Amino acid sequence: MSSVRVLVGTRKGAFILTSDAKRERWDVSGPHFAGWEIYHLNGSPADPNRLYASQSSGWFGQVIQRSNDGGKVWKPMGNAFAYDGVPGTHQWYDGTQHPWEFKRVWNLAPSLTDPDTVYAGVEDAAMFRSTDGGQTWQELPGLRAAKGHMWQPGAGGMCLHTIILDPSDPNRIFIAISAAGAFRTDDGGQTWQPINRGLRSPYELPDSTAEVGHCVHNLAMHPSRPGVLFMQKHWDVMRSDDAGGLWHEVSGNLPSDFGFPIAVHAHEPNTLYVVPIKSDSEHYPPDGKLRVYRSRTGGNEWEALTKGLPQSDCYVNVLRSALAVDSLESCGIYFGTTGGQVYASADSGDSWAPIVRDLPAVLSVEVQTLP
Amino acid sequence: MIRVVLPHHLRTLAHVGKEVKLQVDGPTTLGSVLDTLEAQYPMLRGTIRDHVTQQRRPFIRFFACGQDLSQEPADAPLPDAVAMGAEPFLVVGAMAGG
Repeated sequence: MSSVRVLVGTRKGAFILTSDAKRERWDVSGPHFAGWEIYHLNGSPADPNRLYASQSSGWFGQVIQRSNDGGKVWKPMGNAFAYDGVPGTHQWYDGTQHPWEFKRVWNLAPSLTDPDTVYAGVEDAAMFRSTDGGQTWQELPGLRAAKGHMWQPGAGGMCLHTIILDPSDPNRIFIAISAAGAFRTDDGGQTWQPINRGLRSPYELPDSTAEVGHCVHNLAMHPSRPGVLFMQKHWDVMRSDDAGGLWHEVSGNLPSDFGFPIAVHAHEPNTLYVVPIKSDSEHYPPDGKLRVYRSRTGGNEWEALTKGLPQSDCYVNVLRSALAVDSLESCGIYFGTTGGQVYASADSGDSWAPIVRDLPAVLSVEVQTLP
Repeated sequence: MIRVVLPHHLRTLAHVGKEVKLQVDGPTTLGSVLDTLEAQYPMLRGTIRDHVTQQRRPFIRFFACGQDLSQEPADAPLPDAVAMGAEPFLVVGAMAGG
């Protein structure tokens, strides 16, 4: 019988939540790496028991952990993330140029076909790849050649937080960087181009349609339709039908188009999920009501999903990597909050229940559907 | 043998107890102790000193014999009591507010 494994990264450790396909009773394991910030945990699509975790600390820096047995036993791997050559500089808050400095790994994206190949999106923004299961890491420096000197950190740091591997083309990768924008490679990571045409950031940028500098919060794609991308920008929910060549807004009737995560239903490429947040000044749901919004039309027309979610006095946030879906027949949707709740829906978002209520602030949620 | 006391999180990472014992070849300096520690416990590389610059991470401190040795150069000899194993060399996670 199928089962589900939910990988939760928090401010104070990792947790692994497992259930059978009914998704009614959950086993909670953790904290793993107790006391450390776990920005991301992710599993290999090619070998679901191969997991990677980004473990970090303001005191002790970055550690990469790997499990070969679905998260029971972990082993520290290589943590040397050295930028290629002389790393150069990027824009600093005061307009001067500032040297690139590695801070942490935000996102780990295992290859779709090889358990030993994994990509790491890091702060200060850059892309690294390991082809030996996380023992050694090499930068893909062509990304920073895509106007990297003009990138500038946002409030959350200059982080590469989203990596999407195209299942139809192993040479194509989409990534997003806070306050820099979205980028694409079509040659396996050697060269990259900004894909931000159509984005408008009148409140954040002096040139609202600049080629780089947009604060992209998250990207999503359905594997059956890899040319169609969805984006939660700082403000605005956006869609591209040509692999990022041009974006158009699909915020429609959302109560706020500010937010962090965005996800696509596992079986319906036109069904999207976002979690509206009041504003960039007030990072909590509008009106104190935690509502996931679903569009079944690829954007523009949105409905509030509220059943089982708190509809008063709720002031948590849902961070960019903390929304994910399973691929069971009745698609499950999951998200974690900064208040430590992980909510699950086993019916595409129609109804929700918390799996856990009192974890540390949730940084990331990934879901594995196991045979 | 040199006795090294690690902070809680590094003990967990290296799967060791409060104190580890190291056989340091040559002079007992700050650098040689850390080199030996990292060679014996490779998972500690990058957690105490920067991988590239070998500089102490900002919130790490080195104490021994009631002294703060954090600002000492890598080739500075450690106190004789540390070199003889009478006193431990402490790797400390600095207080950082709260």
